[in-house]
Amino acid sequence: MTEIDAFRSETRAWLEANCPTEMRQPLRSEADACWGGRKWTFQSDAQRQWLEVMAERGWTVPDWPKEYGGGGLSAADARILKEEMQRIGARPPLTSFGISMLGPALLKFGTEEQKKHYLGQIARGEIRWCQGYSEPGAGSDLAGLQTKAEDKGDHWLVNGQKVWTSYADKADWIFCLVRTSTESKQGGISFLLFDMETPGVSTKPILLISGSSPFCETFFDDVKVPKDQIVGEVNKGWDVAKYLLGHEREMISGMGLGMGGSLGATTKPQDSLLRAEIAAFDVDVLAFAAMSERFAAMWKAGEAHPASPSMMKYAGTELNKRRNELMMAAGGSDALEWDSDRSRKGATPRSWLRSKGNSIEGGTSEIQLNIVAKHILRLPGA
Amino acid sequence: MSLLTDDQKMLRETAASFLAQEGSIAKQLRHWRDIACKDGFGHGLWKQFAELGLTGICIPESHGGLGLGVSEAALVLEEIGRNLTPSPFLTTAVAGVRAINGTAHADVWFPGILSGDAVLALAVDEGPCHAPERTALEAKRQGNGFVLNGEKSFVVQGGSADMIVTATRTAGSPGEREGITLFAVPKDASGLSVDSQAMVDSSKAARLAFLNVELDADAVIGEVDGGWAPLSRALSAGSAGAAAELVGVASGASTMTLDYLRQRKQFGKLIGEFQALQHRAAHLYSEIEIARAAALKAAQLLDSGDDRAELYVSVAKAKAADVANLSVREGVQMHGGIGMTDEHDIGLYMKREAVLGELFGDVYYHRNRVAALSGY
Repeated sequence: MTEIDAFRSETRAWLEANCPTEMRQPLRSEADACWGGRKWTFQSDAQRQWLEVMAERGWTVPDWPKEYGGGGLSAADARILKEEMQRIGARPPLTSFGISMLGPALLKFGTEEQKKHYLGQIARGEIRWCQGYSEPGAGSDLAGLQTKAEDKGDHWLVNGQKVWTSYADKADWIFCLVRTSTESKQGGISFLLFDMETPGVSTKPILLISGSSPFCETFFDDVKVPKDQIVGEVNKGWDVAKYLLGHEREMISGMGLGMGGSLGATTKPQDSLLRAEIAAFDVDVLAFAAMSERFAAMWKAGEAHPASPSMMKYAGTELNKRRNELMMAAGGSDALEWDSDRSRKGATPRSWLRSKGNSIEGGTSEIQLNIVAKHILRLPGA
Repeated sequence: MSLLTDDQKMLRETAASFLAQEGSIAKQLRHWRDIACKDGFGHGLWKQFAELGLTGICIPESHGGLGLGVSEAALVLEEIGRNLTPSPFLTTAVAGVRAINGTAHADVWFPGILSGDAVLALAVDEGPCHAPERTALEAKRQGNGFVLNGEKSFVVQGGSADMIVTATRTAGSPGEREGITLFAVPKDASGLSVDSQAMVDSSKAARLAFLNVELDADAVIGEVDGGWAPLSRALSAGSAGAAAELVGVASGASTMTLDYLRQRKQFGKLIGEFQALQHRAAHLYSEIEIARAAALKAAQLLDSGDDRAELYVSVAKAKAADVANLSVREGVQMHGGIGMTDEHDIGLYMKREAVLGELFGDVYYHRNRVAALSGY
C-alpha cells in the first residue's frame, strides 16, 4: 500500500468513526452551516461535536501549518480528505470568512505574533470575522474608500462607514480597509483588524429583496484601534486587500457548482424545450466543475495566473444565476410561493433573488471582466 | 484532475513546434486547398507525424507504438486545431487505432500506421446526424462470410483510407446497441463505391454505397453482434479527441483576434481599448479555459477507465464545440470586413469549427446524451 492509499484508508476509518450521522446531510443553505464565534449557538450537539473533533485534528483548515492550528496536510492529502468527506456527504465542520479570506492573507502578510494569535482562533471557530471593504461611495471603485484611520501615537482613530458588510451583526472582529493617507489612492490604504465590541462600532442590517439580511451597514465613530493590529505596512494595505480578494473570489466561484448533482435529475423537466436548456446548463456546470478542479490544482502548484480567480468568480456566479432562473422556470407557480411550509418558506424564489447579488458582491462581473482584459489578456488601455 | 506531467509537457512542446512549423495554415491547409488535392491533406506531413512517433501514439508499446493514452493524443490534437492542420491523425491514430486495438486487425494495420503509410476511416453515420445506435447498414451471413448492403455518410478520410472501420447491423433493429457488428472493409472491396466530397473546410469526407460487398468472417472486428464495445471505444476517444482539437481551434481563433484588437485602429484608438470588445474577449477567454479543462478531464477519465468517462466525453464535446463556435463567430465579427475575406485566415477557423462540431455528434447530440446519462 502506498502512503497515499494508507492515508486514504486511515482517513476513511476516522471519518466513519467520528462524523456524526446528522452531519452527513447536505447543507440546504448558508443558515445550516456552522459559522462559530463568540455569539454562536450550536444548532445541535452533533454540530458542536463535529467542530470539536475536526478542530482537534486541525482539519477545519487541513492545509494550514500545524503550528497555527491547521492539519499540516500536503495538497494531495488535503484533496483526499475532501474526497473522503464528500464520499460520506460530510458537511464542512466550520464555514467562515476567517478560513476563506483572512487566514490566507495573514499566512502571507501577517507577523509571526499575528499568525500565532489569530489563526488558531480561526481554526477552532472561536472568533467570527467580517469584512469591511465596500463603502457607500466605494463599490466597484473600491480603492476610492474614505473611512479614515488617524495615527494618534499609541492607537489608530477610525471614523467612517462601511456597507455590504456580510454578517457584521453576528461577527466578533472585522478586517477593515482604511485610508491612512490621501496622497495616493491605492497607496494610502491600510489593513486593520479590530474587535466589533470596541466602543464606537455599530451595525445596521440591510433588508434584501430576498427578505433576508445577510449584509449590514457598519459605522465607526472615534473607534480606537491598537497600533499592532495592522496587517502589512502602513499604506500598503491594498496588496493585502487584493490578495484577500483573490481568495474571496475563489470561494464565491464555488457556488457555480451548486449543491452537487445534476439540475435535470433534480427538476425532471417535462417540457422538451426546458429540458434542452437544462441539459445545456448541466453541460456548463460539469465543465465548470472540471475547471474548478484544474484551477485548484494549478493554484496550489503556483501555475495559475494571479488574476485567474476573477475569471473563476465571473464564470461561477453567472452559472449560479442561471441555475436559479432555471429552477424558477422548472418550479412554475409552485416557485412563486413566499411563506408557505410546502415551499420551505419560499426557498426557491428567495434563493433566486439572493443569487442576483452573486455577480455584484466581491466585485461585479464587469469588474472581473475588466481585470481579465487588463491583467491576463493585456489589452491596450484596459 | 491531475496537471500535466513533465513528459506530457514535453510532448506538448514537441507537437506545438512541429505543427507550428510544418503544419501551418500556409504550408498545409491553404496549399492543399488551392491545388485542389485529392485527399485534402499532405502524405508527406503524415510521414513526418510517423517519424516523430505520433502516428503510433495510442498503439501499445508491444506493437511498437508509444503506448500513450487519449490524454496525450489530446495534447497533439489541440495543436492540430490551433494550426488547422489537415491530417488523418484523429481518424487513424486515435479513433481507428482504438477500434481495432486488441483484435487480429491490429497486427495487419498497426505496422502501416506506424510507418505513416496507412490511413483508416470510420464509417458510422447514415444520415446527416450522428446516431450510432441507429446503424442500419445490413450485413447478412453468407457461407463463411457476410454480404453488406447499404449506405454511409460523412466518412472523414473515406476517399483516402486504406481500410474503413464500418458499423453494420447483423441483428436487432436500428436504435438497439445489440446486433451491431464492426467490419474492417478494404478500400478496394468489390461492390463498394466511394464518393469523396470536399467539405466546407476543404477536408474530404465520403459517401459510401455498399452493393453486395462480400467479406470474409475474419473481417469482423471484435464479436459478431457485439460491435458496440469497440465502436463506442473508438467513438469516445474520437469525441474526446475532437473536443481537444476544437479547444485548439477556439484558442487559435482567439489568439488571432486578440492580436487584431491590439493593432487595428479606429477613431484614433486601438479597438482593443473599447470596453465593449474587452468584455467579450474576456468572456471568451473564460469559456475557452473551461472548455480546455473539460476536454482534459474527459481524456483523463477515459484513460483511467473511470465510470464518469462517458458523461465527461459528452460534456467535453458539447462544451468545446459550443465555445469554439463562439470563438470563431467573435473572431470574424471583431475582424470586421477583413474577416469576411478569403485572404484572411480567421474565416478558415470558422469553417473548421463547423466540421469538427458535427463530427462524432454535434452539440445537441451530446447535450442530449448528458441528460440521458444523468437520468432525465
